Amino acid sequence: MSATITFTIDGVEIKGRPGQTIMQAAEEAGVYIPRLCHCKELVPFGSCRVCTVMVNGRPQSACTQPIAEGAVVENNTAKLQHYRRNLIEMLFVEGNHFCPFCEKSGNCELQALAYRFGILAPKYPYLFPNREVDASHKDILIDHNRCVLCARCVRASRDLDGKGAFGFVGRGPHKKLAVDSDKGLGGTSVEASDKAASLCPVGSILRKRVGYAIPIGQRLYDRKPIGSDIEGGNGSPGK
Amino acid sequence: MSETVEMAVRRICEAYGRDRTRMMDIVRDVQSRFGGVSGAAMDAIAREVSTHRVEVESVVSFYAFFSERTKGKIVIRVCNDVIDQMNGMDRVARAFSEELGIGFGETTADGKFTLEYTPCIGMSDQAPAALVNDVVVTNLTSDRARAIVRRLRENADPDRLVEKLGDGNNAHHLVHAMVMNNIGTRGPVIFAPFPSGEALRKAVAMTPTEVIRDMKTARLRGRGGAGFPTGMKWEFCRAAPGKKRYVICNADEGEPGTFKDRVILTECPDLLFEGMTIAGYAIGSDTGILYLRGEYAYLRALLEHVLAERRKSGLLGQNVCGKAGFHFDIRIQMGAGAYVCGEETALISSCEGLRGDPKNRPPFPAQKGYLGLPTVVNNVETLCCVARILEKGAGWFAQLGSKGSPGTKLLSISGDCKSPGVYEVPFGITLADVLKMVGAEDAAAVQVGGPSGQMVGPKDFGRIICYDDLATGGSIMVFGPERNVLKVAEQFLEFFIDESCGYCTPCRVGNVLLKERLSRIIAGKGEPADLDYLQDLGETIKTTSRCGLGQTSANPVLTTLKNFRPVYEALVRPNVDGLQPTFELHAAVSDAERIAGRASLHQEY
Repeated sequence: MSATITFTIDGVEIKGRPGQTIMQAAEEAGVYIPRLCHCKELVPFGSCRVCTVMVNGRPQSACTQPIAEGAVVENNTAKLQHYRRNLIEMLFVEGNHFCPFCEKSGNCELQALAYRFGILAPKYPYLFPNREVDASHKDILIDHNRCVLCARCVRASRDLDGKGAFGFVGRGPHKKLAVDSDKGLGGTSVEASDKAASLCPVGSILRKRVGYAIPIGQRLYDRKPIGSDIEGGNGSPGK
Repeated sequence: MSETVEMAVRRICEAYGRDRTRMMDIVRDVQSRFGGVSGAAMDAIAREVSTHRVEVESVVSFYAFFSERTKGKIVIRVCNDVIDQMNGMDRVARAFSEELGIGFGETTADGKFTLEYTPCIGMSDQAPAALVNDVVVTNLTSDRARAIVRRLRENADPDRLVEKLGDGNNAHHLVHAMVMNNIGTRGPVIFAPFPSGEALRKAVAMTPTEVIRDMKTARLRGRGGAGFPTGMKWEFCRAAPGKKRYVICNADEGEPGTFKDRVILTECPDLLFEGMTIAGYAIGSDTGILYLRGEYAYLRALLEHVLAERRKSGLLGQNVCGKAGFHFDIRIQMGAGAYVCGEETALISSCEGLRGDPKNRPPFPAQKGYLGLPTVVNNVETLCCVARILEKGAGWFAQLGSKGSPGTKLLSISGDCKSPGVYEVPFGITLADVLKMVGAEDAAAVQVGGPSGQMVGPKDFGRIICYDDLATGGSIMVFGPERNVLKVAEQFLEFFIDESCGYCTPCRVGNVLLKERLSRIIAGKGEPADLDYLQDLGETIKTTSRCGLGQTSANPVLTTLKNFRPVYEALVRPNVDGLQPTFELHAAVSDAERIAGRASLHQEY
């Protein structure tokens, strides 16, 4: 196996290392592939499908697909951007996302994707599910209304915190984030300092009593669109 | 009850070596012991097998046959597949409901009965049908439904419901079922007599590489629908590094309208197990798993018996057929009501004791499958072909069927036809000839390949059943001129919504949205732009979904849009006033009206 693998993304030659995913190699090369469930610190999951790219004409999630010599990857095409936009809109209508009063606003990756894709209002009808808030923990809360089922907390708790405090129950539209206790999050060993409590891309898992510390207007995506750190050539090396 | 939940759970977990990868079996046993898996039982299971409670809960909540809530001693599951609905399921369902005095999803106050709907149970050729615990009841009428409830009240043993036994092995005392085989035509590959052991003896006289070469010479491709070349799959698996390898037979026949594997499992289990053993020899495996769908639990005792007989005859176990060093045995893994487990990586998840979530690919199962080890997953019919190829020769097999698709194919044919049943036909037959064969010349639409396949109309009846044209796992549902194809498509979407694992966005959310818009069109509230909306949404789901379920789940809409567009066009009306058609004022204010306790003023206009 050679030390470098050469392939193209939208016609531009990219060099990566064996074992890297398309997402990792693209990021190192300063190419942004939109994503939501993906998180550098965690094992790839491939659930949101926002990072769908065409690899030699076949759709694959960039976060899970290994790079291959000579592969032709399409990323920033009108068709793929359209599908991604549809997926982002689906995530909005599936839950109850009220950006104006969500304390994650401005730091929310779902909202930031909507900004980047120019989504003002979803074309799909809102499903308005009836979901709960779990405030049983003294320092952290789960607002299921905003959960996008990305499994970042599940993966972080299992692989980084060594606790396995989160999981999924139910299936299909009834699939739901669950915790390892019948007494809610407060019945688990999760702590505010856990990685699982800090990697939520949306306002579903929040630490209590720290909201609005940074004023709206000065938050992460208020100033620069999501992905601009990668496109600016400041992509950090993949792990 | 003298045995406490803790004691029972300990006993059950010990029986499976406290192995958490046997979670399906553990939960199944706890469910059948207590009628449900309570929170206390989940805690106890988690303790016994050293896992997290949420892991147990994720399994219990995933499979339709498991539940946290305690169900009745007898669970009646009425099959609500589209074919059952066409054959009078509504009347049967109403009769069960009235006689029991409960609605669907409910349990009687005395805790004796639970009534539920379930998707296709593999009896579309004798619909309407239902499961009473593990017992299958077929050709139901409302009178028979009432009689069943009355008999169960007198004697709570569902086995006593079987009065007239079915044909063939259905009458075997270990099956004891009223199910009929309904074999329409017998071909030379599956339904010909099979001398048990002959194919296997030929296989072990060859090298494993030679056996794989035979699969390639025969040009055998998977019979489940995807059509992957079997020899190539085996070769990948054999070449993959691993301290152990597995053969898994996918008997999770869940595609609505498919029931061919039911007949194979009933009549040809030796052929199947011989094929699995040959696969084991070819890839260098010592363990086979037959993943049997929960709906076919009534066949389990027969299959266990056949396995025991094969062990006695030296066709399974140590040094199989006297071949020194070739050890192979097969265990049966029961499913528990999840269509997605027919997807091979979801099936592997289920065998590992997890939710039936498909896995990310790569790695492919042949590289890293069951427990992370190289695994071959083959369809029931494919493995039967394997045994026959060894018996009769690869050349013999390759000259059957059509050029690109050698061999025969089992078709499960149901719906508006005179003779529903299982037909073994050579590949290359036209759909028109199939329809003629079953007495369905007046068919207006045919669903080829089940809900995940395609709905075709008369202009496509000249097309050919083979891998290169009308590829199918074998489900052929026939619809007469009086059927509404959009209602059929709507029902299929409901099925996919229920059966989606919920892992990825497009399948989990997209299908709900697809059905919402299709239902609106059927209700006469659609507009022309909705057809583009459906097409766009359907393509998004097809392209971006993670597994085969999602990638095909929009097909009911996409293929009816393509082949039955005039039906849609006749229903949609142009939006003349320019008002947002999705907004319904009455619906929007109904909650507020209810809270206020009066009608709102807008009603005056």
